[in-house]
Amino acid sequence: MLSARNIRVDIGGTAILHGVDFTARPGQVTAIAGPNGSGKTTLLKAVTGEVPSTGDIMLNGYDTRTLPPWQLAAMRGVLPQSTVLAFPFTVIEVVRMGLLRGTSGNHDRRAMDALGLVGLADYAGRYYQELSGGEQQRVQFARVLAQVWHPVENGEPRWILLDEPVASLDIGHQLEVMRLLRDYAEAGGGVVAVMHDLNLTAMFADSMTLISGGRVLAHGTAEAVMTDVNLSRAYNCPLRVNHVPDNVSTFLHPAGATG
Amino acid sequence: MTAVSTTLALPVDRRQRARRLHLWLAAALAVVALASLDTGATGLSLPHLLGTLAGGGELSAVERTVLFDIRLPRVFLGMCVGAALAVSGTVMQGLFRNPLADPGIVGVSSGAGLGAIGAIVLGAALPVSVQAVIGTHLVPVAAFVGSWLTTLTLYRVATRRGFTSVATMLLAGIALGALFAALSGVMIYLADDRQLRDLTFWGLGSLAGASWAKLVTAGPIMVLAMLVAFTLGRGLNGLALGEATASHIGIPVQRLKNMAILTVAAATGAAVAVSGGIGFIGIVVPHLLRLASGPDHGPLLINSALLGAILLVIADTIARVVVAPTELPIGIITAVLGAPVFLWILLRRRGILEV
Ligand SMILES: Nc1ncnc2c1ncn2[C@@H]1O[C@H](COP(=O)(O)OP(=O)(O)OP(=O)(O)O)[C@@H](O)[C@H]1O
Ligand SMILES: [Mg+2]
Repeated sequence: MLSARNIRVDIGGTAILHGVDFTARPGQVTAIAGPNGSGKTTLLKAVTGEVPSTGDIMLNGYDTRTLPPWQLAAMRGVLPQSTVLAFPFTVIEVVRMGLLRGTSGNHDRRAMDALGLVGLADYAGRYYQELSGGEQQRVQFARVLAQVWHPVENGEPRWILLDEPVASLDIGHQLEVMRLLRDYAEAGGGVVAVMHDLNLTAMFADSMTLISGGRVLAHGTAEAVMTDVNLSRAYNCPLRVNHVPDNVSTFLHPAGATG
Repeated sequence: MTAVSTTLALPVDRRQRARRLHLWLAAALAVVALASLDTGATGLSLPHLLGTLAGGGELSAVERTVLFDIRLPRVFLGMCVGAALAVSGTVMQGLFRNPLADPGIVGVSSGAGLGAIGAIVLGAALPVSVQAVIGTHLVPVAAFVGSWLTTLTLYRVATRRGFTSVATMLLAGIALGALFAALSGVMIYLADDRQLRDLTFWGLGSLAGASWAKLVTAGPIMVLAMLVAFTLGRGLNGLALGEATASHIGIPVQRLKNMAILTVAAATGAAVAVSGGIGFIGIVVPHLLRLASGPDHGPLLINSALLGAILLVIADTIARVVVAPTELPIGIITAVLGAPVFLWILLRRRGILEV
């Protein structure tokens, strides 16, 4: 269980988050959505401890602020929106960095397996800095997977927290990454992802927190949160939620376009 | 997650190359050190000495002095200084995530330099009794204090609520460097002719004053700082991903930065104190090694120490023989050899990869 209560973040005297509550359960994909500048990244960074905040943040029953980085790293991996690498490391060297000191088993094999999952096993020996933006993002995703490989460890769920994991990917790789996240959740792990693509969110998220202006607008199952009213209000434009004929997935389009 | 691959087809593994390099460099260092012991203004040769010893003969007093009191401490000190400067450069570059960072750049070396220059110029004004007590230690001690104070100031300026901002630290380093240059200018203005010659020689760097006393004071500090630096490999690798991600993969980033800053201050301070301003080792050595076996800081730090020691002993040997019976400041040799290599590296890598 990941729970954050009454999270406030002030940056330079400006309040960015005004007392946000957020919960995510293991076994689920939880999406954080909202317009640009609403505070999604800030909320994720508050939860990971990257920006100072007030309020309680509990992960698997531990107060995250009291845990040393190596213990936190054993419980959760974090994928930032983008990563600039300082030295000419190869792809496999980058993925291996995710492996913690005490990790059992063959580190090379784990790293290669993670690269295989994101479809980049053939890129292992290439320089990271020579890859395209989307490829780099997938390598970073592989690094996170290698770090928290087993969704459940000693009976405790592990977590993957991601900031717009698919924003720079083509549709095929978007689906691939979202499926990997679904698999991870179904195997008992916890997944929290900041999402801009509401259709992908509808397809893959179990729960959803919709934020706007640093406040929670709605929280609950993805279906309950994704209503015409909520979304139109959050994004400040008329939106309509439809269901495609097979009635399985939700489909979103601008209300004005097809009326 | 479930694995899909069954075979483990790894790409070229640079770790093996880096480990093999440990052995080659260690062997080369031994050869270079022996060659340096064998070389010098007095024309005393190692084979001759060994021959004498093997034949049951005794070394003459002069031979003993040259070998044990002049050349041996000088070779050891050269190895320590070269290794300390190269490791400082490697740690600094990892810390600043920038292959061009160097203790010279953030003002640590100029802080040490100001201390030394101040000691040379103002030391003469001290009461004779004080001079008698401090004696020849004044310059090294002042250089050492200068580097420590610089590092502490930088740290205080750049750290807020336990977080060190590398950008602030770089900029503060530039500001401090400018300030130290100005103050050093004032000192030089105040200096008399004899002091000016001392200043020039010290500023260009030299191992000419090497002695067991200096080795015993500065050597352990350099060795200890390097041993600590060798433990920072994984942390510095993680830092290449950025501070936040480094923390997310379990690295205690603030502690890592503290350790890196302290080791650099200690190693650089001790090295500058005994040898003056020797440049380029800290930048050229890690560059060459990254080209040879990749940027993994684990083996890179150890190889840096070895190659730094090799290059400095070579440079010192050249400095001793090139204009014998006098000698050149070693900083001239490292600059003449180092600057072209550095430019060549920049040209070679330009537009391909940021090494
Ligand atoms: N370091 C900072 N200093 C000042 N303001 C900041 C800082 N970081 C974020 N903000 C402000 O906080 C608000 C929320 O930013 P945040 O990055 O969390 O938005 P977001 O929801 O992730 O947006 P996006 O969809 O564009 O990624 C914005 O108004 C932003 O300007
Ligand atoms: Mg964002």
